[in-house]
Amino acid sequence: MIQKIFFCAFFCLVTLASYAQKCTYKFKGIVTDYHNGTPIFGASIFIKNLNKYATSDARGQFEIPNICLGEIQVLISHLSCETKEVFIDFDKSISQEFYLEHHTEELKEVRIVAASELKTKTTQSKILKTELINAYSSQTLGDVLKNISGVSAINTGNTIVKPMINGLHSSRIILMTNGVRLQDQEWGIEHAPNIDINTAEKITVIKGANALEFGGDAIGGAVIVSPDRVLVKDSLFGKSILTGQKNGQGFSFHSSLSKATKEGWYINAKTTLKKYGDFDSPSYVLSNTGLNAQAFSLHTGLKKFESGFNIYYTYVKNEIGILKSSHIGNVEDLVNAINSDEPLVIKPFSYDINAPRQEVTHQLVKVDFYKRYQNTGKLTLQYDFQNNQRYEYDMRVGSDKTKPSIDLNLNSHSFKTSFAFDSKSNQTYKVGFMAAYQDNFANPNTGVKRLIPDYYTYDFGLFTIGNFALNDATNLDLGLRYDFNYINAKKFYFKSRWEERNYDIEYTDLIIGDYNREWLVNPKFKYHNFSASAGISHQLNENNSVLFNYALSSRAPNPSELFSDGLHHSAARIELGDLRMPQERSNRVSASYNFENDKTAILIELFYNQIYNFMYIEPEGTEQTIRGAFPVWVYNKTNASLFGVDVNWRQKITKQIDFKHQSSFIRGKDLVNDRHLIDIPAASTLNSIGYQNKKWQHFNASLESNFVFKQHLFPNNNFDVFIPSTNNTVLLDVSSTPSSYHLLKFNTDVTFKLSEKSKVTVGFTITNILNTKYRAYLNRLRYFADDLGRNFVLQLKFNY
Amino acid sequence: MKFNKTIILLAGVSSIFLACSNNDDLPEVINEEELITTVSATLIPQNGGETILLKSIDLDGGDGPNAPVISVSGNLTSDTNYAVTLEILNETEDPAENITLEILEEDEAHQFFYSFTNSLATTTYKDQDANGNPVGVVFDLVTGTAATGNFNITLKHEPNKEAANVSSGDITNASGETDVQVTFNLTVN
Repeated sequence: MIQKIFFCAFFCLVTLASYAQKCTYKFKGIVTDYHNGTPIFGASIFIKNLNKYATSDARGQFEIPNICLGEIQVLISHLSCETKEVFIDFDKSISQEFYLEHHTEELKEVRIVAASELKTKTTQSKILKTELINAYSSQTLGDVLKNISGVSAINTGNTIVKPMINGLHSSRIILMTNGVRLQDQEWGIEHAPNIDINTAEKITVIKGANALEFGGDAIGGAVIVSPDRVLVKDSLFGKSILTGQKNGQGFSFHSSLSKATKEGWYINAKTTLKKYGDFDSPSYVLSNTGLNAQAFSLHTGLKKFESGFNIYYTYVKNEIGILKSSHIGNVEDLVNAINSDEPLVIKPFSYDINAPRQEVTHQLVKVDFYKRYQNTGKLTLQYDFQNNQRYEYDMRVGSDKTKPSIDLNLNSHSFKTSFAFDSKSNQTYKVGFMAAYQDNFANPNTGVKRLIPDYYTYDFGLFTIGNFALNDATNLDLGLRYDFNYINAKKFYFKSRWEERNYDIEYTDLIIGDYNREWLVNPKFKYHNFSASAGISHQLNENNSVLFNYALSSRAPNPSELFSDGLHHSAARIELGDLRMPQERSNRVSASYNFENDKTAILIELFYNQIYNFMYIEPEGTEQTIRGAFPVWVYNKTNASLFGVDVNWRQKITKQIDFKHQSSFIRGKDLVNDRHLIDIPAASTLNSIGYQNKKWQHFNASLESNFVFKQHLFPNNNFDVFIPSTNNTVLLDVSSTPSSYHLLKFNTDVTFKLSEKSKVTVGFTITNILNTKYRAYLNRLRYFADDLGRNFVLQLKFNY
Repeated sequence: MKFNKTIILLAGVSSIFLACSNNDDLPEVINEEELITTVSATLIPQNGGETILLKSIDLDGGDGPNAPVISVSGNLTSDTNYAVTLEILNETEDPAENITLEILEEDEAHQFFYSFTNSLATTTYKDQDANGNPVGVVFDLVTGTAATGNFNITLKHEPNKEAANVSSGDITNASGETDVQVTFNLTVN
């Protein structure tokens, strides 16, 4: 019974028998608990507009005779559940399956119901569930997402992990947290997403620009982090997760508490603390790689069927140490670091986090309101404010030692509204409008030239999406979106740089001030972006289904692609943006095939993504300064194509043993220069075998093997550099990729029931069991040090 | 009716956004701290003769596109002992900021290294930090036979001064971060 109250979701199968005459139609159906499939007894079925009642029997079945042609409005209610409302057009005999989530806001979402998690709607998407997210409580969002084939990560060390979807990352991915698009200087590779993974109950990854409701510029895809569902009943429950690990000699603690009333009021508070010292590679300490993290969130509101509101606040603060030996001066230091097998600085283990380090605080406030209109749909209004404060500390001398080198404050406001026309079960529409304002302030007190200038932006977006159930087996999604972006920046350029970039020819009118050696310029740019998406899914028969999808999207250049200008100390390179950058445009086509029966589930996903004006950064020789020579990395554009295959296979061998396989392969081409694209993840394959036995306190054990191939397809950007102190010319090898590697992971857990409402799960994990030395191509610190060595992790999870 | 209300609300919220566009303040120009524009070396022959001045000036800073302007006041004399003093300046400030003083304040975290091509000369450190390790702001330079070649000066921040041969001026094991690296083309007559 408890379970029934918790999972107030119905699985309602409606069969309608038609008769020749009018008003002799029969409305038959079954009401079941979606989660465990048990029939629900005593649910009342009320046809509002005909004033006819029925009650489900012990088998969950009901029957209402003598119904006329036309639309009927059905209310299904049960003592311990919320009332559901369904509209059914009675025009012919239909046999439909409705999956009605208990989440009332998502009412009437038409899905293909499937036993495994592999099957999707009309986009290539995948959902990660609470249990898996909890297991990664001490890690990052980027780490847990690697459990999806086709999703990898681009790292700076092991604490700055950015998700990468089908080879694309940073500005090409939208990160949604509780309905808010994260605005946290997301373009930088060394800028980790400011999300506490523990606020997520469910994470959905959508591959490709199909989440038009959230934005039209997600050429790579979208990561949607959703918080816990709100239960409309008197309840008080909580969860605590304590994780300790050997590597990094640290811990992570998370706790959450939720209270709700049957009137619909709820409040939920969460907090997370993490502390790690220096991590270890298999054979040495990775000096200055510790982490201090604090997070807090509060979620409250009123949730009723007709209307409600939510208020959400989060605070995330991360203090991250950057590998000491990765901090280098000029190109000679870089050559020395690359040529050295071990990092040039190895110190004893410490919890201290010294320069170079980052300190980033992100705060988010969201208020939303919804109201349902009878026979029409649902209106949603939302406002959110985000503040991102980023400090980066470099090794400096004298009185500047404690001063940050980068001090950026980004404030973002956004307002959005949408109306979902969802009264018809077989076709739903949504229209929406978005307005956003953002202001970036680069504090001049750093005494270091601004890497990103002061700027403000306006964004306006309009979208419409439609879902159509064409028949029992076929679903169609269509979407259109238009975005207007405006950016107004005020930036200082060295006069020498201004001329070197040839801006003095095209952009003289942007100059608004003459400051001795520098110009103050005021670039104002406008971008019009159109995006569209279309997807169709078809169930061929009980076991086989296919989907096809097309997405058009465009993305305006981000501030670093436009304005980067100067020495990026943490990367020891001069980075140059380009004011002339046009927006990039992507056409992505994809197809998926799914097979599924009791024992086997197979999902094969294919995609081809052609991107015009694809913006990327690559080395272009060196520039001589008084500090020596520095490599110059320039933002360029080209036309690119990405092609890939992601495979998922799950096989039940016996009732207790199952096998899982996932692999992905991707190829990126620069079509203009006819060569490979930089930073494309290597092919990888993950195989695991698991054993579970519910009788032994829900015992689980699994052994996972992850093989990552060497990336042989990369552009050769190597160049010769002159080393003055030895009077030699050497080749700077920034392109060669690391060897393939194989990692083994073991995981086991048991769950003990403490009382009716509380339980404890004890988990133990060993990662990199063989203590393999490896370097990953997409870890920016691969030039300097090996990746993490073996780790033992012990986790205690209490649910109460 | 209900939609009209929505539109009014939308218009209201939009106007708030438009109202906060008063962003006309000009950003403050940054006078870069710790900026090194100038490295100069004064070579005074110990037994009399012409003082030689070596200078490298990079006025567009550490990341401007223009290469440093390098000047050498004259040719060196063979088999001569020169007493050399280095001066590191930030000449974008007026008066110029003397960075040498900051280096000497943190002398344990800094060391200069010198190298020559064609065996132009040899050097000997003439100063020490608190640990008895060299800093290299003051040093002796003894020229060899007549030749032409390069003289390279490198300043390392946080070098490992205890590593093998570092205190005798060998940069190989020094690690650390390069703050200055300049090369002068010299002729020894």
